[in-house]
Amino acid sequence: MNESLFISIIIGITIASTPLIFAAIGELLVERSGVLNLGVEGMMIVGALLGFIVQFHTGSPYLAVLAALLGGMAISSIFAFLTQFLLTNQVATGLALTLFGLGLSAFAGRGYTEETIVLIKAIHIPFLSDIPVIGPLIFSLNPLVYLALVMVYLVWWFLYKTKQGLILRSIGDNHDAAHAIGHNVVRYRFMAILFGGAMAGLGGAFLSLVQVPIWGEDMTAGRGWIALGLVVFASWLPFRIILGAILFGGITVLQLHAQGFDIRISAQYLSMLPYLATIIILVSLRIRLKNKTNRTVPNCLGRIFHSTS
Amino acid sequence: MIKLIPRVENSKAMILLSPLLALTLTAVSALIIFIFILDDIKVSSVFFTLFVLPLTDSYLFPELLVKAAPLMIIGLGLSIGFRAGIWNIGAEGQYVIGGIAGGAVGLYFYNVEGFWLLPLMALASIIGGMLYASIAAFLRIRYQVNEILVTLMLTYVAVLFLSAMLQGPLRNPAGFNFPESRIFHDSAMLPIIWEGTRLHIGFILAIILSLVAWFGIKKHMFGMQIKITGSAPRAAKFAGFNDNKTVLYSLLISGGLAGLAGFFEASGPAGQLTPGLPQFYGFTAIIVAFLARLHPIGIVFSSLLIALSYVGGEEVQIEYNLPSSITQIFQGMLLFYFLACDILIKYKVVLNKTKD
Repeated sequence: MNESLFISIIIGITIASTPLIFAAIGELLVERSGVLNLGVEGMMIVGALLGFIVQFHTGSPYLAVLAALLGGMAISSIFAFLTQFLLTNQVATGLALTLFGLGLSAFAGRGYTEETIVLIKAIHIPFLSDIPVIGPLIFSLNPLVYLALVMVYLVWWFLYKTKQGLILRSIGDNHDAAHAIGHNVVRYRFMAILFGGAMAGLGGAFLSLVQVPIWGEDMTAGRGWIALGLVVFASWLPFRIILGAILFGGITVLQLHAQGFDIRISAQYLSMLPYLATIIILVSLRIRLKNKTNRTVPNCLGRIFHSTS
Repeated sequence: MIKLIPRVENSKAMILLSPLLALTLTAVSALIIFIFILDDIKVSSVFFTLFVLPLTDSYLFPELLVKAAPLMIIGLGLSIGFRAGIWNIGAEGQYVIGGIAGGAVGLYFYNVEGFWLLPLMALASIIGGMLYASIAAFLRIRYQVNEILVTLMLTYVAVLFLSAMLQGPLRNPAGFNFPESRIFHDSAMLPIIWEGTRLHIGFILAIILSLVAWFGIKKHMFGMQIKITGSAPRAAKFAGFNDNKTVLYSLLISGGLAGLAGFFEASGPAGQLTPGLPQFYGFTAIIVAFLARLHPIGIVFSSLLIALSYVGGEEVQIEYNLPSSITQIFQGMLLFYFLACDILIKYKVVLNKTKD
């Protein structure tokens, strides 16, 4: 394999896996607090649209990223309000959020389907980026790729190195006990859901601001759902999200290159690979765990909390 | 401060009133949205086209029933699983596979006349949907893999498979390379029950199936079983509970019914296999099932209501050039309001005047 192909494959993998890292690390924190939000797909598509619109009108990538982040947060607040204050079923509410987000973005984005924007470019550090192999692979990736890795680290740090992180995990494991010793379950969960929304929005924006310079109403193509799968694959451990996302990104890139190499399989069958791979990695995880129960599963995941006192 | 106090018993009045409240809130929100986005069109006329015209117009009303049939059938199947806490979210995939299976049988016997062809196609579609859903059942039972994710991933796979079939084996040989099948011959088309419209026998079957499901849940042991599994407190959703039969049967039933709905669409209004077969019915049926509180007779009404929003949405697109995605927004909103209003059943909302 020649060097430039190798580099382009690795960069391709970072581009394909970053949206999943964002969305999955957000959902991981949400699930660690004991909430299952199936609205990731809906929040991502809203982020993708808002990022695109703001980039189109202002040309400022900072504002675009900020808008996607706030948009994801705003739409996740519907879920947060319904599940935390009105005690609705989390599965149903999450699905409603996805359907609503897809409808809303298709509606609001109808005037932008023909437009293109300027993509956010990879950084270039003089000297460092020019080192062969290491330069392009470590010092000249897209800024949002670095941000995604930082977010994974921050979530890990929050969960395991701060008092609030410990409280959040204890709420996810036993909300009644956490409530009994005086922690505000609803407030922690509300914040976690908003963070999940912001990260999903960022992941969506990566699709429209880095991957392709266009907007399409089906551009998330199930990535929100794959991100949900990654959280399970990662056994709710932050750094394993990166591993899962790279695996998935690798398959995506492999499939694109296979199409380029004129392998005699219809493009449709190759396009199935990422979805089938998600199923396969979930199965392989269960085989690896055998019959042991997964100790990192938040015990209260998906359960409704209502304090009577 | 607003406080929620649990009721001793679920409020009977609220069980009936909360859906009406949700509908009213959706209508009010729709009104507000229209006031914002419509500049030179009268809000009242858009409202009329969206919500009333589909019920009174002699062309639109049968179209409403055509759309209600697949929603009803898929919603029925899903409601059975949802009762037991089995979340088949990928009915859309089973619907597509059912449509391909039924359509492929019809195309295999192209130009062969026979009354047996339609039942055979229906059978193929049901088996197709069942087999496809059984993948998720197998993985859940054998490996405890969450069925939500598996059925969803398989939906994307099914849509790609449809596209591959339409560019390969099922493509119309005389179709100028368009990714479409031949148009089905008469023996492979569902009989029309309302002259001059597209309303086919599938609607009647959907009603019959609703009644069967109603009796089934009431009288049959399996109905009892899913009710109990659903109402018993479940621990972690992702870990799953161990009643393998419930998992298998509810996925087989919902998959088979979704497959049948795919066949109804292909052999009914579509009349051929096209990339347009997936109509989002599999996802919308989730809303249908919830709005009906998973009750089979309720599903008859909720599917008609959702079908109304579909037909109305298409009509405002044609008449006023408004995007039909507005339908999806209303459907999502309706489900939000509906879920929110349900709190009134289990809890009393009390205004707490004392400051704490």
